[in-house]
Amino acid sequence: MDHDHLSPTEWRTRLTRRSFLNASVQGIGAVALSSLLSRDLLAAASPAAQGGLPALPHFAPKAKRMICLWQGGGPSHIDLYDHKPKMVDFAGKDIPASIRGDTRLSTMSSGYSKWPCVPAIKPFKKYGSSEIEMSTMLPHIGSIADELCVVRSMNTEAVNHAPGVTFFMTGSQIPGRPAMGAWLAYGLGTMNEDLPAFVVMTSSDKTKTCGQLFFEHYWSNGFLPGKHQGVRFRGTGDPVPYVGNPAGVSREARRAMLDDVQAFNREHLSSVGDPEIDTRISQYEMAFRMQASVPDLLDFRNEPKAVLEMYGPDVLTPGTFANNCLIARRLAERGVRFTQLMHAGWDQHNNLTTGQLAAQCQDTDQPSAALVKDLKQRGMLDDTLVVWGGEFGRTPFGQNQQGQGFKGRDHFGKAYSWWLAGGGIKKGHVYGETDEFGWNITKDSMHVHDMQATLMHLFGINHEALTYRYQGRQFRLTDVHGKVAKGILA
Amino acid sequence: MFVRPTPLRLLALSLGILGAVAVVAAETAPLEYNRDIRPILSENCFYCHGPDANKREAKLRLDIRDEALKQKAFIPGDAAGSELVKRLFSKDEDEVMPPPEAHRTVTAAQKETLKRWIAAGAPYEEHWAFVAPRRAPLPTVGERHPIDTFVTERLKQAGLTLSAEAPREILLRRLALDLTGLPPTPEETATFVADRSPDAYEKQVDRLLASVHYGERMVLPWLDASRYADSNGFQQDGDTYQWVWRDWMVRQLNADKPFDQLTTELLAGDLLPNATTEQKLATAFNRNHILNGEGGNIAEEQRYVSLFDRVDTVSTTWLGLTLACAQCHDHKYDPLTQKDYYSLLDAFNHAPERGVPGGGPSRFRLDQPLLEVPTPEQVIQLAKLEADYETKNKESAALQAKAYETWLALPLEKKGVLDDKLKALLAPGAKPTAAQQKTLVAHYNKNVFPDDRKKSPAFKAIDDAKTAATKFKSSEDYARVMIMSDATARVTNILDRGAYLSKKEKVTFNTPAFLPKLPANAPANRLGLAQWLFTPNHPLTARVQVNRQWQHFFGQGIVRTSEDLGVQSDAPTHRALLDWLSVEYQESGWKTKALQKLIVTSRTYRQSSHVKPEHLAKDPENKLLAHAPRFRLPSLVLRDVALASSGLLNAKVGGTPVYPYLPPAPWESLAITKERNFTYPTSKGADLYRRSVYTFWRRTIAPVNMFDVSARQACRVRTTLTTSPLHALTMLNDPTWVEAARVLAERVSKEQATDDARLARAYALILSRPPTEREQALLRNLLARQRTVYANDPKSADALLAIGESKRDDALKNTEQAALTAACLALLNLDAAQTRD
Repeated sequence: MDHDHLSPTEWRTRLTRRSFLNASVQGIGAVALSSLLSRDLLAAASPAAQGGLPALPHFAPKAKRMICLWQGGGPSHIDLYDHKPKMVDFAGKDIPASIRGDTRLSTMSSGYSKWPCVPAIKPFKKYGSSEIEMSTMLPHIGSIADELCVVRSMNTEAVNHAPGVTFFMTGSQIPGRPAMGAWLAYGLGTMNEDLPAFVVMTSSDKTKTCGQLFFEHYWSNGFLPGKHQGVRFRGTGDPVPYVGNPAGVSREARRAMLDDVQAFNREHLSSVGDPEIDTRISQYEMAFRMQASVPDLLDFRNEPKAVLEMYGPDVLTPGTFANNCLIARRLAERGVRFTQLMHAGWDQHNNLTTGQLAAQCQDTDQPSAALVKDLKQRGMLDDTLVVWGGEFGRTPFGQNQQGQGFKGRDHFGKAYSWWLAGGGIKKGHVYGETDEFGWNITKDSMHVHDMQATLMHLFGINHEALTYRYQGRQFRLTDVHGKVAKGILA
Repeated sequence: MFVRPTPLRLLALSLGILGAVAVVAAETAPLEYNRDIRPILSENCFYCHGPDANKREAKLRLDIRDEALKQKAFIPGDAAGSELVKRLFSKDEDEVMPPPEAHRTVTAAQKETLKRWIAAGAPYEEHWAFVAPRRAPLPTVGERHPIDTFVTERLKQAGLTLSAEAPREILLRRLALDLTGLPPTPEETATFVADRSPDAYEKQVDRLLASVHYGERMVLPWLDASRYADSNGFQQDGDTYQWVWRDWMVRQLNADKPFDQLTTELLAGDLLPNATTEQKLATAFNRNHILNGEGGNIAEEQRYVSLFDRVDTVSTTWLGLTLACAQCHDHKYDPLTQKDYYSLLDAFNHAPERGVPGGGPSRFRLDQPLLEVPTPEQVIQLAKLEADYETKNKESAALQAKAYETWLALPLEKKGVLDDKLKALLAPGAKPTAAQQKTLVAHYNKNVFPDDRKKSPAFKAIDDAKTAATKFKSSEDYARVMIMSDATARVTNILDRGAYLSKKEKVTFNTPAFLPKLPANAPANRLGLAQWLFTPNHPLTARVQVNRQWQHFFGQGIVRTSEDLGVQSDAPTHRALLDWLSVEYQESGWKTKALQKLIVTSRTYRQSSHVKPEHLAKDPENKLLAHAPRFRLPSLVLRDVALASSGLLNAKVGGTPVYPYLPPAPWESLAITKERNFTYPTSKGADLYRRSVYTFWRRTIAPVNMFDVSARQACRVRTTLTTSPLHALTMLNDPTWVEAARVLAERVSKEQATDDARLARAYALILSRPPTEREQALLRNLLARQRTVYANDPKSADALLAIGESKRDDALKNTEQAALTAACLALLNLDAAQTRD
């Protein structure tokens, strides 16, 4: 059948908004028509968001969309972003008690009596004209150093993965609150009509070493309405659950069927009078459009070879970090507000020295840098925020599992590093400092709540004023904390 | 994306602004503190000038009138001279209240209201929900049913009336879906329509209340409240046996166990005198929470996470209050102190639990205390194994004695004795005394027998029998439910800012001080807590439950914020009605089915759901109920409706969770661990068609075709229904719905001979009523179009008909069946099919 040979894009063009309008006008009445038309005109005038809160944004935003490159497991700040040459002199010796203080550690290392200092396993290098020091294991990220703001003073209260990720995503270590993407979708609405406002993708290191799982509550709507939940694009089967027609149902047959469903619904509307029936009609039309827009999103045929190469060898393999990075750029182009790309494999308790850290860098370094470069060459980096980091860092001392000697590091939340780029972020900048062991923050602390407050600020949101009343209380992403870190703003 | 405001709704809302004036008190009407004043003060002022002593600014407390007067916040009768008014209207950034940094806005209308209130003497009232409910006299408005009197009185004030009764077909469908979650069969509908007896409707109510499927529908909100799941959540996400509790709960609801007894068992069944297994099982309610089994986490910290969760769940479910704020500080709005919070927490602080689930190779991960709940077959099997062991073990003494004799008979050099004294006793001809013989036996038992035992096949048989019994009890299908117990003595402290390491003052069990006192004879534990909830003057217990029952039948509670009846709650739409029903519920002996019967027999419930222009104009949100609310069915019910109308539904009640169709690799994002297998074990055969309530609920990834649900991470007593294209895609493309459509098409093809009759039958099976003439024409059109699609495309027809595991009827013509299948799928997707009208 003919329609099977149409590319998704062709389908998209065929099924214009106008034709939907014509199809659905009968039976709705003049009021509806004028309203739809005026909305249509509005949409033409500016790519204005829809469905957000009237008071938002509170002030002019710097960022319109965000891509979070989540590095699950806790990347080692000691080995990657926070160079501590003095640790070399201390190698193998106990990190002094005066440095360690009463730091809360995981039960894997809290019972230690020795705290052998372990310096970075590979050399560091100064990158770019801004001369930011980063590991030689990250040459591609190094190549965009002049776009980055590296934050070396991140800190969290969590000692373990799931509470740590939950804390960053939702502002509480205990699951149940809305994730940042849900807050943004709720507050700012959506900038597109046929893709979700909040998309999640997951990937893992190839050898699946780490066992850090990705739970739905990391993209939960919490107590916000269900439509704000993040939609996870999957690596197996339909990228969005049920987006494909059942076998034996063509797009044409589906259209015919929907036309009849809508005729029934309009008939029902005229007898029952409930305006919600009209919402149902729109919902089914949007579903139909989404069935075209999702395949179009994932159709890389028009991507230039040079772009594909930039993301590295895995770019065409679904479910890889590289593939997800390219999809993230395409989502950003299509107006998706928040893309949460979650990659596992940084939990190096016993494989930091055995090549896994290096392999993990290889998998993530090139695609991360490519995404930033790609956004920049399209002029999108200015209003797209890219952030890179995990739930915590790793201990400056070595972890000695089962008496095998040093092979890795334990979780460490007292200080760790992130980087940000684009959307209102200072370029080629380093924010925050730690002591000689990368243990304590000595300047410009950036608590998780401060980072959340700052990210919201970049979206033109006062984090204290975006609240939702639930259980008799005004909840917000930053709980009752958070200070905007002005020092990282451009 | 997703939701666009619909034009008609927008119109309705804009008209509603005019209408609202008629509903809310006119500008000269007397003000009520609870209705008009407290919400403004609470939202804007109490955060800094309320119950929390630590946060109080300028020593000013506005939630208590005397305190406010002491600080001269206002002068009753003199609005212009009052500080509060000056501050509210001030243009000075340093003066104005609330201060700009608070991000709270008092509207011009609210400011005027406060002015008027002070001018009228600034009278206070205690928060309505903290005063025990009293029955108000029924309004005399020409209605007989108590509910209708209250509802009609409010409607009258707004110039509205109740709508006419819904057509019987619609009414029975509404009733059946609300009470059992299943649509009535066309035959049941026909019976009701034809029944002209005066109690025709009541008979249907009684029939449905007595249905075995009633409990399956009514348990759904309980599963959300108790954050029920079939796994722990977090890493490893170990499976649990809590489904045994889910079945228990269904049985209690079906049996209409009075709510006070039900509550007592849920909270403290284990503490009842001579507690039965069933009563202990009830307390699994408190253990349905998240457990975090990540390596390296601190068990005691996790135990406190569970404790906080229990307090939150109990306070939301029974008190309609959020106590969680008081975990760190005195409550900002409700008169609840941090001490109150930890005194209540003490009730849950004595379980012999670790706080983290155990490890091991099993897919199950559990934490103590556990209740073994074997099936009857397992009881018999275990008894056999244990008896076998007992029998064999009885011979053990004799066997050991025999082994000793054998040893004695050995030549001295083979006895392996080194000690000279013993050697002497064993030398040929030696005559050991009784005491000396004892020494020899002791020597044998200690030093020789262990080796002899290992070599003996008879002893191996005994050991094997023992192992078999132990192994049987730890096998994966031997249910062990996590329950409550007070077996561990622990001291409870107030925790500074809720941090488990920062222990402050010791506390003992008590209930919040601002509510009625714990009865003098009540034990200081969970049992006492349960008894306290049912003290006759308790202001919250009945109201909270009645409100949630109302929410079940009307989509919204009388208090919209059903999770919170505290100071910050939404004002009730019908307070006198809520109170009347609460007293009624209490006095009826907490009979839930009686309360439900009262609700569903009212005209308010039975009226038509048609929305008329005057409804949209005067009450666009339908708060006053001039028509029955229409709302989309919960997704779990939608799936059941599809299965039931096709005849695929497997009506079996209870049992282990099942794994119906999900998209390929639904747990893929968990499968990055090698620690356990996260392959989805899709069920086979009849298990694919069980009711949604029996679907295995993985806490980390809920079943994707069950949308708009509580994620079962924390207690939820209210879910918002939303509209997203993803929901439409689910019902259009999920094999669950496609197969149901196919089987429905086969069913009507066999039951009826003509197109019209087949379509009408399918329509009636889904919507419980025949199509109108106009609808019949639409149906014809629908089928005709799909016929055109499939007539010349048998390949596509076969592909569509191959969906689903149930066997296709090959006798039917493929292209015809495909067209009818597509038509049935369309019917399942009609707005009317997904809506409870």
